[in-house]
Amino acid sequence: MAAPASVASGRTERPPSSLLNDPKIRGIIYQVVTALVFIALIYFIWTNTLENLRRANIASGFGFLSGRAGFDLGQSLIAFSSDSTYARALYVGFLNTLLVAFTGIITATILGFIVGIGRLSKNWLIAKLSTVYVEIFRNIPPLLVIFFWYSGVLAVLPGVRESIALPFGSYLNNRGFAFPKPVFAEGFWLVLVALLAAIVLSLVLRRYSLNKRMATGRGVPILWPSVAMIVAFPLIAYFIMGAPLSFDYPVAGTFNLTGGSVVGPEFMSLYLALSFYTASFIAEIVRGGIRAVPRGQSEAAEALGLRSGYTTRFVVVPQAMRIIIPPLTSQYLNLTKNSTLAIAIGYADLVSVGGTILNQSGHPIEIVAIWMVVYLSISLLTSLFMNWFNSRMALVER
Amino acid sequence: MAKKIVTALLGAAVLGMGAQAAQADTLSDVKAKGFVQCGVNSSLAGFAAPDAQGNYAGFDVDYCKAIAAAIFGDATKVKYTPTTAKERFPALQSGEVDVLARNTTWTINRDTALGFNFRPVNYYDGQGFMVRKSLNVKSALELSGAAVCVQTGTTTELNLADYFKANNLQYNPVVFEKIEEVNAAYDAGRCDVYTTDQSGLYAIRLTLAAPDDHMVLPEIISKEPLAPAVRQGDDKWFDIVSWVHYALINAEEFGVTQANVEEMKSSPNPDIKRFLGAEADSTIGADLGLDNNWAVNVIKAVGNYGEVFDRNIGAGSPLKIERGLNALWSKGGIQYAPPIR
Repeated sequence: MAAPASVASGRTERPPSSLLNDPKIRGIIYQVVTALVFIALIYFIWTNTLENLRRANIASGFGFLSGRAGFDLGQSLIAFSSDSTYARALYVGFLNTLLVAFTGIITATILGFIVGIGRLSKNWLIAKLSTVYVEIFRNIPPLLVIFFWYSGVLAVLPGVRESIALPFGSYLNNRGFAFPKPVFAEGFWLVLVALLAAIVLSLVLRRYSLNKRMATGRGVPILWPSVAMIVAFPLIAYFIMGAPLSFDYPVAGTFNLTGGSVVGPEFMSLYLALSFYTASFIAEIVRGGIRAVPRGQSEAAEALGLRSGYTTRFVVVPQAMRIIIPPLTSQYLNLTKNSTLAIAIGYADLVSVGGTILNQSGHPIEIVAIWMVVYLSISLLTSLFMNWFNSRMALVER
Repeated sequence: MAKKIVTALLGAAVLGMGAQAAQADTLSDVKAKGFVQCGVNSSLAGFAAPDAQGNYAGFDVDYCKAIAAAIFGDATKVKYTPTTAKERFPALQSGEVDVLARNTTWTINRDTALGFNFRPVNYYDGQGFMVRKSLNVKSALELSGAAVCVQTGTTTELNLADYFKANNLQYNPVVFEKIEEVNAAYDAGRCDVYTTDQSGLYAIRLTLAAPDDHMVLPEIISKEPLAPAVRQGDDKWFDIVSWVHYALINAEEFGVTQANVEEMKSSPNPDIKRFLGAEADSTIGADLGLDNNWAVNVIKAVGNYGEVFDRNIGAGSPLKIERGLNALWSKGGIQYAPPIR
């Protein structure tokens, strides 16, 4: 490459000199050397750590994960007792992290879009309220928001003996929100199948309508038939199978409400705090995204006679999404990582459970390694999904 | 929190060689830097808690002071590292602290797999339960279905699970990392029961909004021998920490107190004279790598075991904990020390 380049630039051709003077080869050498130094450093840290652990008489290795946990967990999505293993305890923590991250992301997105669009509203009150919301939650550290909700829940709600009774046999107190737990009898599968069938049929109908609209300019109604199917199919299945569903209602026990399902104040406050906190950032991203669509686009749409709702839905939002999605991904990652603040209020997330195991079993290095690998994996998967979503939402030029 | 651990780990890993050197001879290291770095509880009234001026005081803190007095003849040459239940072990493993005097239970796992040495037991404790009087509970066996507040990473957490399982009782654990958080949650009514070492329950009860509304149940469900811990593999340092405690016990047995220690040097009793390093050609301190009057310095600084106990957690303190098991062996307890000879 060097030779033709020098010809092209009109310089006299030189005999090939030492390989070391070739910038391309020198570049490769530098990179190889850097990589080797890096690997050597990692190796040094790794062996040195193992050696030091051995000399300090500290046991190492991941074998401890199959040992009996010996402690109980307050919140668990799967069966867990003190007889379960450390590995299962970590899994419980992992699921709890996923639960709060997933529900938090959904709520934050919905709330963020509402507030973000609200800030652009022509209604003075809505716009100002949205601004106040954003400025308050964006400027408070997330840990304080969590404490705000936690102490709020604990301080404002009554004790368990003065629970607030809500409709459908639910109760609210400072131990959380207790509601009837559905108990599925045999035959409930048909209801689920019916629901699934209704959803699939609705999608088919939508596709049919879209094709028809493309071909003839007129679709068929889809909203009401879909709603009717999704409601009616499972109901019919439910009665055919003889009502295979009952509820386990919470009732007052000696100390707590017993029976039913309980969402504890730890989850509630963490979920609310993360949602509200992240929503304030998402609102700004949404506002920025919409603002970034040139005014000419909506003017052109208006000139074509589109109503303002259609203009927003089909012209402005699709273009804004391109700008919104990449920073939105960062917010999702932030929310997931901020969920580690759960430790402050005793929600059994991965870090909290891992911390307990770390201390009970005395394997800090292994636990910290697991933490890092898990959070890295969750974040990379989220990024991967959002990148895929982004490429789907990208402008398709025709 | 996590960051602290990672920092400690990285410190241990990258500066491993340095930490190892320090570990090999903690005494020289402590003498070189001029103070003892002591890991204590962040806030447990009676054992280790900062007063209004921010100075740490308490039973465990007196042990730190006693060790400093034995080495330097000056009880102020201590620096305290407040630790949570979770931070305490990495802090000791990594060499961040020289000794951990933090109401820590001596267990086989901690003694072996974690790479520590525990000894001697300076407080024999046991796990208990505290409840609101309004619940009308008289025994721990009536606690089925209760929400129980507990600090994570403690033996308490494990005993709790074992006790409820063994007695076939249901419970809902509410766990926190910091003791202050557990206290606040219990006070706010997040849980019905607070469980930790009984000494701790008495201390915590006093910090609640209305101490008289709460009672400690009679059951003791575990053995909790609390002992200072040091890193394994440094016998010299381990000896010093152990003999400081034995000196406190022996002093109480001999009737040597903070007030009379100077006069006792000229006691006709050869045991006492030897103990206080007042014997001719004494090597009582030199053998430990200390001054011969190290025991005098310890007692001048904090008094004997009985005085330390009374001042911080016993009759002379707001906690008013009975001596019980912690009385001298000659007075119905099990506190016993090998002879200083």
